[in-house]
Amino acid sequence: MDMNTEKLNKILAVFQGERGGLISILQRVQEEFGYLPEPALSLIADFLHLPQSQVFSVATFYDNFYLTRRGDHLISVCQGTACHVLGARDILETAENCLEIKTGQTTPDYKYSLERVACLGSCALAPVVLVDNEVHSKMTPRKVKQLLTEDIDDRKIQA
Amino acid sequence: MNKVSLNINGITVKADKGATILKAAQDAGIYIPTLCHCPDVSSIGVCRLCLVRIKNRRRFEPACRTIIEEGMVVVTDDPEIQRLRQVILELILSDHDFNCLLCPKSGQCRLQELVNRIGFNEHRFSRLEHVAKDLPIDTSNPFFDFNPNKCVQCTICVRTCHEITGNDAIDMAYRSYDLRVSTFADKPIKESVCVSCGECMERCPVGALIPKKVEHPTREVKTTCPYCGVGCGLYLGIRGNTIVRARGDDESPVNHGGLCVRGRFGYSFVNSPDRLSIPLMRAYDEYAKPSSVVEVTEEGRPITLPLVKRDGKFVEITWDQAIKYVASSLAHYKGDKIAAISSARCTNEENYLFQKFTRVVLKTNNIDHCARL
Amino acid sequence: MGKSVSIQSIEAYKIDSAESLVLLRETLLADQNKTVKLVNVCCGSGCMSSGSEQVREAFISGIKGLELEDEIKVKKTGCHGFCERGPIVVVGPENIFYQHVTKEDVPEIISETLLEDRVVKRLLYEDPVTGQKCFHENDIPFYKKQKRIVLKNCGNIDPTSIEDYIKVDGFQAFAKILSQMAPEGVIEEIKLSGLRGRGGAGFPTGIKWETARNVSSEEKYIICNGDEGDPGAFMDRSVMEGDPYSVIEGMMIAGYAIGASQGIIYVRAEYPLAVHHLSTAIARATDMGLLGHNIMGRGFDFVIKVVKGAGAFVCGEETALIASIEGKSGRPKPKPPFPAIQGLWGKPTVINNVETLANVSRIILNGHEWYSQIGTATDKGTKIFSLVGKVRNVGLVEVEMGTTLREIIFDIGGGIQGGKDFKAVQTGGPSGGCIPEELLDLPVGYESLAKAGSIIGSGGMLVMDEDTCIVNIARYFLDFARNESCGQCTPCRLGTKQMFNILQDITRGKGRPGDIEILLELSDAVKQGSLCGLGMTVPNPVLSTIRYFRKEYEEHILEGRCRALVCRALIFYRIKDYRCKACMKCLHACPVDAIVGAKWQVHEIDQSKCIKCGTCMEVCPKRFNAVECVTGKIENSGDKGE
Repeated sequence: MDMNTEKLNKILAVFQGERGGLISILQRVQEEFGYLPEPALSLIADFLHLPQSQVFSVATFYDNFYLTRRGDHLISVCQGTACHVLGARDILETAENCLEIKTGQTTPDYKYSLERVACLGSCALAPVVLVDNEVHSKMTPRKVKQLLTEDIDDRKIQA
Repeated sequence: MNKVSLNINGITVKADKGATILKAAQDAGIYIPTLCHCPDVSSIGVCRLCLVRIKNRRRFEPACRTIIEEGMVVVTDDPEIQRLRQVILELILSDHDFNCLLCPKSGQCRLQELVNRIGFNEHRFSRLEHVAKDLPIDTSNPFFDFNPNKCVQCTICVRTCHEITGNDAIDMAYRSYDLRVSTFADKPIKESVCVSCGECMERCPVGALIPKKVEHPTREVKTTCPYCGVGCGLYLGIRGNTIVRARGDDESPVNHGGLCVRGRFGYSFVNSPDRLSIPLMRAYDEYAKPSSVVEVTEEGRPITLPLVKRDGKFVEITWDQAIKYVASSLAHYKGDKIAAISSARCTNEENYLFQKFTRVVLKTNNIDHCARL
Repeated sequence: MGKSVSIQSIEAYKIDSAESLVLLRETLLADQNKTVKLVNVCCGSGCMSSGSEQVREAFISGIKGLELEDEIKVKKTGCHGFCERGPIVVVGPENIFYQHVTKEDVPEIISETLLEDRVVKRLLYEDPVTGQKCFHENDIPFYKKQKRIVLKNCGNIDPTSIEDYIKVDGFQAFAKILSQMAPEGVIEEIKLSGLRGRGGAGFPTGIKWETARNVSSEEKYIICNGDEGDPGAFMDRSVMEGDPYSVIEGMMIAGYAIGASQGIIYVRAEYPLAVHHLSTAIARATDMGLLGHNIMGRGFDFVIKVVKGAGAFVCGEETALIASIEGKSGRPKPKPPFPAIQGLWGKPTVINNVETLANVSRIILNGHEWYSQIGTATDKGTKIFSLVGKVRNVGLVEVEMGTTLREIIFDIGGGIQGGKDFKAVQTGGPSGGCIPEELLDLPVGYESLAKAGSIIGSGGMLVMDEDTCIVNIARYFLDFARNESCGQCTPCRLGTKQMFNILQDITRGKGRPGDIEILLELSDAVKQGSLCGLGMTVPNPVLSTIRYFRKEYEEHILEGRCRALVCRALIFYRIKDYRCKACMKCLHACPVDAIVGAKWQVHEIDQSKCIKCGTCMEVCPKRFNAVECVTGKIENSGDKGE
């Protein structure tokens, strides 16, 4: 944790004196750690002189903050309107089956997390799946299966 | 001069400038249902039960937040408002663990009052999904329990903790229908920064925050909190010959109804079987005169007798013996050889007498008191 | 050309007066003429995910290989709006419009078009109706009926290049107000233009500015609302990615008008490219002296920062957005006080949508008379719609206010995919409503759509065909609403949840008679009782679908029928025994082994095992066409024969 505290303090130092920086700080900390560890939240609260309960309230309000460790790769399945009418539900179900987890969960080996996202704004290419920062367009259940099984094989080789 | 006159339900009402519609209506004896309103904390207008119709406004406005204006025409109740309130109440009930028979709050619950006042449409209500929320009940606090399944998300507790106690132990976390009162990291209340003052519990309109033990008093006695020098005004609720509740005196200029953990919850000593109702004297064998000591029996002791501790046990002595012993012991010290400390748990009169005794009889000004704020 | 000599290095050039801006522009335009040919590769999010980055690299290396870097320039541009056809490459000087370009096509484009001036016909857009090939963007029906004011730069300039923006009259409007107009004059101009907020509510922009202007305060703020949360809308994303300087200039003008010296752009975290382009643009503008202290020597200070959202739809609501910038949970506050009087940090704050701000410089530069001629008597200007769903041409379309829905969907959108029948169009996202075919000739405008039970909203336009189940769509939007409700007020938190439950029941065949009435009563309570704009509008999808498609609801509830064959609980697959050739295809493909039969033995689906995934229907050879999907009660669908 000491190493982490040091990292955290470095991040916090950048925000010294910035007004309303809580959300930006949480974003930066999450970028660094992949999620928001509880001790980090305490430290952030102290740094900003905010009640801890308020920091927790903010961290749980927004979709993009995670309080538990996430997988190394984030798979977001868009559930926007355009994607929905073109079968986004089937895409999500297929992804759940392939990864053997439910939406919002992380694989036990912390390789993948599966999320639904309200809209990625790539509606013209619906349905879309975002793997980390890469958009995969015009998905079908078959393409999803291909995409995720490939990665799963990779994972086996790495492990 | 600073009065504003407005029309509520066809009646002309005068109220102070800056007052809310709710206040003006209540002062005029007009009922407007509320749930998330609490006069002690700021209004946020989220329960939407106090919505009223105001002439020339596009939408209904919450009476608890809308400031009155000269010439305002307000309708607090009509069939449309009635139906809106009913639907809102039905929604709240559908989300509430309403096992009233087992609820200690029953009889004093705001929801019950609202159901009586507003009523609901059974047909519609039965179509709503009654989710049995199954969140764990937090019993970690030694004085009160938090049952989130009964919580109506009025946020009065959160506002109380923030505005009155200034402690911010709780806040509203998560969102949408997951919205709930939470401590930091969802920890048990005991592990949070909560100081157990119970202010939130006192204001909870439903049975979500309730004392560990609920007994309704049959009468109340007005008194002053004996714990510290602040002297908070207090009503002790009595049932039979036992104190079952303490509440702050709203009229007391000292605490305006507020109490701390000791004042609110620390009354059980009064009826404790361990309590001594006479002064306790501490003495050891070498000081005690054997002739004046009665051995304690294994069976017990009458608590009305002063005791002397011998071989680590208390032994009974009479008042006369006790006073003689104290007097003779004190006789060894005079002037600045001795200092006296009094207790905040004593009454003013007792403290007065004690300092008089110290100054006049013991002839010293070395007198102090344990509480000073 | 004599003047241009004085500019030594454009990189280090500072704009310290209106004249220096003119000088820079002239120099840049003079330079531009030297370039012979231009390859514009669309690098908007859409085309990027279709591989435009590789296409661009292929062009660069191909041209480098021929040592033609000086004669042919490759440029990264923003979105053309026709994302479905991406990657899009426009090759100059004739501006030939190539679509679906892959990196394998690049050598051919270089050798044919760039070197020989011949067109690669197979990469052209073909009009599906006439079969005609279109050479230029403007020949394509998708673009022909559009009027591109806000999107005029998107796809034509390099979004991160301030020079490109200056070449297309960038910052001219700002220079104009700074030197010629008083703040009151700017507000008057905007008021006269009739510009209304493009974020959804349609509040007149000029009046908002005036309100903030009239509050005296040391500090004021301009916030650009780029929290485009409506699922199915992505015009703000395109503008921020493809023309960020327009947004910045709009904010500078707004800042000057109301007397603010600080601007904040609040962008959804889901739009990393927009954040990147805006940040780059702000940095470049600051370097050049267009942002900062004493801009153009006129004593006006203005700075802009970008704030990233953290994933909450409700933050598109003004007061929630402010709370979010202040570092709190995005829970809306009751209005009044309005942000224009008491907003960010309690100071007067004007919040304008991206598209609104992008309109501003165009209005200032061309005058309110020009702008107010566009559109109708009540609705001025243009509006960008994101046309998505079952329509043939999917993409962003900018049309004049007053254009009919039919023109947008059929003329621009090219009608329904696969020759199916049009059913309805949903406008305005979760706050909007569904409009049926009989109202397709409705001209788009704030009031006209509101009368039809919908809204323009942020401009999402979802086209539905006969295969779309209307109850399922209502269920979808309520699912969205219940998840995105901030939760603080009762009707929205619990009402949306209960409405969702009932809709879910209906789509699962568990609807009860009377459900429609209860839905209407709940909708009414949520609409009237909710605290903020989100709750006030989220029942619209339910109300409008019940209003126009009540029959479909009744079919679901009373007959257990989903005519679009979408609601799984109400449909089942079966094999027409007289058509089945017992080929075993479906039997092998079924993921749950629900099909019984054998070689030479007609197959049958075991309904108790079937999960209704439709795989059997998909794999059944077209010539057999033995699997059918039916809805309703089993007994009355036993028709045999064709």
